[in-house]
Amino acid sequence: MIALLIRDLRLAVRAGGGFGLGLGFFLILAVLVPLGVGPDPATLGVIAPGILWIGALLACLLSLDRLFALDHEDGSLDLLATSPIPLEGVVAVKAAAHWATTGLPLALAAPVLGILLNLPGSGYTVLVASLLLGTPALSMIGAFGAALTVGLKRGGLLLSLLVLPLYVPTLVFGAQAVARAAQGLDAATPLLLMAGITAGSIALLPFAAAFALRINLR
Amino acid sequence: MASLWEYANPVKFMKLSGWLLPLSALLAAVLIVTGLIWGFFLTTEDFRQGSTVKIIFLHVPSALMAINAWAMMLVASLVWLIRRHHVSALAAKAAAPVGAVMTLIALFTGAVWGQPMWGTWWAWDPRLTSFLILFLFYLGYMALWSAIDDPDTAADLTAVLCLVGSVFAVLSRYAALFWNQGLHQGASLSVAPGTRMDMTYKLPLYLCMTGFGLLFLALVLAGTRTEIRARRARALLTRERAHA
Repeated sequence: MIALLIRDLRLAVRAGGGFGLGLGFFLILAVLVPLGVGPDPATLGVIAPGILWIGALLACLLSLDRLFALDHEDGSLDLLATSPIPLEGVVAVKAAAHWATTGLPLALAAPVLGILLNLPGSGYTVLVASLLLGTPALSMIGAFGAALTVGLKRGGLLLSLLVLPLYVPTLVFGAQAVARAAQGLDAATPLLLMAGITAGSIALLPFAAAFALRINLR
Repeated sequence: MASLWEYANPVKFMKLSGWLLPLSALLAAVLIVTGLIWGFFLTTEDFRQGSTVKIIFLHVPSALMAINAWAMMLVASLVWLIRRHHVSALAAKAAAPVGAVMTLIALFTGAVWGQPMWGTWWAWDPRLTSFLILFLFYLGYMALWSAIDDPDTAADLTAVLCLVGSVFAVLSRYAALFWNQGLHQGASLSVAPGTRMDMTYKLPLYLCMTGFGLLFLALVLAGTRTEIRARRARALLTRERAHA
């Protein structure tokens, strides 16, 4: 399983440039929003938590269709399915690799973009914490969506239609946590609720995703 | 005593639904027409809301069915995953567009009522937001059905999506409550003491709700029958091609 994780990480970093893609998208979004909304610092400060969270969510979505599709095309997914590792474990590892190459760098880059968007000073810690806690759920839910659509020719658009409604609770709690912290309020409640969603997703969704993969591979 | 599972047999299901469909359709028509005429023309106007209160006779039943259609799809998906009855998967497929339209009706009538009452067509209120999200879930479910060619694969995958989606739909509901307190009034009907609605409105509303339930049943039966016939036609075509 560790070998698979390292393989996926290497593939993501070296081949195809999927690694920088999400980060680049996140950066462009943070630059475009002030251009569209106007440079007023007060307005930007109010919308910054939401924009940063939506940016992270869309950046995660961007690389999801590559999660299983490439391995499905060259047949290595079939090999993984017949390997001694349970398919649930394969799904979890692949989601972890996806998180390490999208969610983790996004969480680390978010404070810089927070400065661009004039996020109030009290929000930064919670911004990083909420992204670190919430993006694993985004990767795991996304892995489930990718497993559903892996056999399809043009699954990308369908994938976003399926996955975006599933992202709603994570987005609400994540953006609320940052918004509350930015206003100087206590952000513990939404953070804990979001961590609950993440824990639940990590515990249960590998089974659903593996089930969907088995159906698609039969 | 015949078991319920016997109707998982398509032939038996077709026989049963053959007479249940016209019956429920007719009953639904009678109940909805009576309920709406009674509600629209024979009830008094509310002292504060005026005549707009009467939208309730469309709004509440459609909202009720919008949620219950998803619940029915959830049960049907479970039955398909556990017992592999094709009729169940097809019934879930047939229920999705009906549920989506019910959601739209609820959203639309709500907007029409909200314009004069709240002064706005739309507000990001938890109930309104959850219904919009529910609508998105219906869209995704139907899109997945139509995207996959193999019927059994499609049934399996949509069933899994329905199960996972149900969990997240409930989560979204409570996330929306957390996110904004909102304008929408509490439950219109409640068994709790001190219910606020008068019998004048309640009786025609009950008629409409029963009517919408039967309408849903009739539409799902019709949709399922169509799907079964489409499968039979496809099977016949395949057999003929094999002979030729």
